[in-house]
Amino acid sequence: MRQIETDIAVIGAGPAGLSAAYQAAAAGAKVTLIDENKRPGGQLFKQIHKFFGSREHHAGVRGYLIGEELLTQVKESGADVMLDSLVYGLLPDKSVGVIHEGLNYSVKAKKIIIASGAKENYMAFPGSTLPGVMGAGAAQTMINVNRVLPGKRILMVGSGNVGLIVSYQLMQAGAEVVALVEGAPKIGGYGVHAGKLRRAGVPIYVSHTIKQVYGKEEVEGVQIAALDEHWNMIEGTEQDFDVDTVCLAVGLNPMTELAWMVGCKFDYIPAFGGHVPLHDRNMETTVKGVYVAGDITGVEEASSAMEEGNMAGVAAAESLGYLSHEEAAVKKEQIQNRLNVLRSGVFGERRKSSKEKQLADMESYQKGEMTR
Amino acid sequence: MRVEKHPILGDLPQQKKVTLYYNGRPLEAYEGEPVAAALMNAGIRVFRTTAKRKEPRGIFCAIGRCTDCMMIVDGVPNTRTCVTYVKDGMRVEKQEGLVALKHTGKEAEK
Amino acid sequence: MREGVAYTGVPSKEELRQAPGVPSQERMRQGRVAVIECVQEIPCNPCESACRFQAIHIGEQITDLPRIDEEKCTGCGACVAACPGLAITVVDKSYSETEGTIDFPFEYLPLPQKGDQVEAVSRGGEVVCPARVLSVKKPKSYQGTAVVSIAVPLEFVDEVRSIKRLCRS
Repeated sequence: MRQIETDIAVIGAGPAGLSAAYQAAAAGAKVTLIDENKRPGGQLFKQIHKFFGSREHHAGVRGYLIGEELLTQVKESGADVMLDSLVYGLLPDKSVGVIHEGLNYSVKAKKIIIASGAKENYMAFPGSTLPGVMGAGAAQTMINVNRVLPGKRILMVGSGNVGLIVSYQLMQAGAEVVALVEGAPKIGGYGVHAGKLRRAGVPIYVSHTIKQVYGKEEVEGVQIAALDEHWNMIEGTEQDFDVDTVCLAVGLNPMTELAWMVGCKFDYIPAFGGHVPLHDRNMETTVKGVYVAGDITGVEEASSAMEEGNMAGVAAAESLGYLSHEEAAVKKEQIQNRLNVLRSGVFGERRKSSKEKQLADMESYQKGEMTR
Repeated sequence: MRVEKHPILGDLPQQKKVTLYYNGRPLEAYEGEPVAAALMNAGIRVFRTTAKRKEPRGIFCAIGRCTDCMMIVDGVPNTRTCVTYVKDGMRVEKQEGLVALKHTGKEAEK
Repeated sequence: MREGVAYTGVPSKEELRQAPGVPSQERMRQGRVAVIECVQEIPCNPCESACRFQAIHIGEQITDLPRIDEEKCTGCGACVAACPGLAITVVDKSYSETEGTIDFPFEYLPLPQKGDQVEAVSRGGEVVCPARVLSVKKPKSYQGTAVVSIAVPLEFVDEVRSIKRLCRS
């Protein structure tokens, strides 16, 4: 087994991991950024829409362009980037088990930042396992990164921002989106994203769900039905659509395996996608020296992932003495302010209260540990 | 089908074309792209069948998590094709059920 | 079916009437002016910084709805491509005796050409009337977004917000 020694190991080179690596390396720490994929960026490079927020959040800039800028910063900061490197384990002594080109590496770090992201939820209905039923994020990767159309006629399930944005991007890539279906009585994401679909002639069916997908070997059609106020299908409301692809945008869940493995304590917060590790305002978990950032801490979006990465990177560098407490405090306050803005407004309320609960639970855990 | 022209991303960049074999049939692919993308471009959607009920499966997550896209790549079964990248002459076969890995006897050295 | 952007994706008449980014009819009749159909409090303010005439105000609380200053707005259109939500158009009801114009963001291919006859559509995607393409702008600073200007009969200006996508051949 090959040994690598470093100050800070960052696991995952998506928006959170890249930001964390940049902050820590720019402060002078020796940083090793590890990612399973051949290309860094995580899910940032498939995001081709203009981001929201304010200028400090790169608002108005397309996601993949923000990604390119971040990547340049990371390269210039001097962080080591290990790509095509699968992390299979994280031990309590803060060594990271990595497989790279069939060889086993042990990365021994003083601090660990886990930025492993999230994966898409699945939804069961008759025909849901047929080839042609896929995650909306998967379809987005195919069109925007690999430049391959997953289908010609597509039905989207889920009206959160992912469902709305990916539907729009499928049309930009040349596919037809025949309809968008949402189980709740209201559209989940931003009205302006829904407006783009409506102007393009895409009907949005709220209080509707998929009844079944037809097909022998792959998707040949889909049937939707209306839902009553108890979420039961209303008989006689079925409608059929001729489609070759059905995309599911029904939420994501944090990829927490490494945090469980290293012994982090968890919270269960449905609004964040399920089990999420407890962490403090520095993004440090209940395991000292192990930090988390981005979707693993609760599914939000790329802008907040980058800010959480910034926070974890600054805090980890501070803890190793690469930043003075005064320098770190200034940076952390700015980052926290930007995070607060992203969690403001009607669409941010649930994320804001969920994050407050998570932080409060961390505090009570720490108090409990002290009195024990 | 390739997204040749795109209003935001522009024209598809020039990439090195190589040959990928799907069940022995040659397909055109781009070097370094995920095997799953090359197959999807060729209109192939059934990547494997399940062990018990022999049901078809294709791409679901495209980020290496769900295992729906596992195939036999250059003789290695259970390979996630969405995170395996095309090399010239690569041989990809549809996988029927689960296939046991062959031990090479070299594992211990690594 | 319930009305409003949260149920249909189309802002209702009432939502538009209350939106501080939508200028008065009188101002639209005087000439080009930005119409900001932003009716939900989302954290977003690129339109404010895109305007070099300080005609769009959001302020410290970036979830506040953008407010248009009718006097300061010159109808330059810099905000149209800057809005990540594609919710801004520039409307001119003084274009001619019978026609008004709408400049709107367009991010599909193929792009229409100047002089083309196209089908104008409403916020809900219904074809409203024929339209004539006056200009298509896609400078690099728009990051891939095109801004298309069309002329339609005056009575349809309030209704039209885009055009039907053209066939990819």
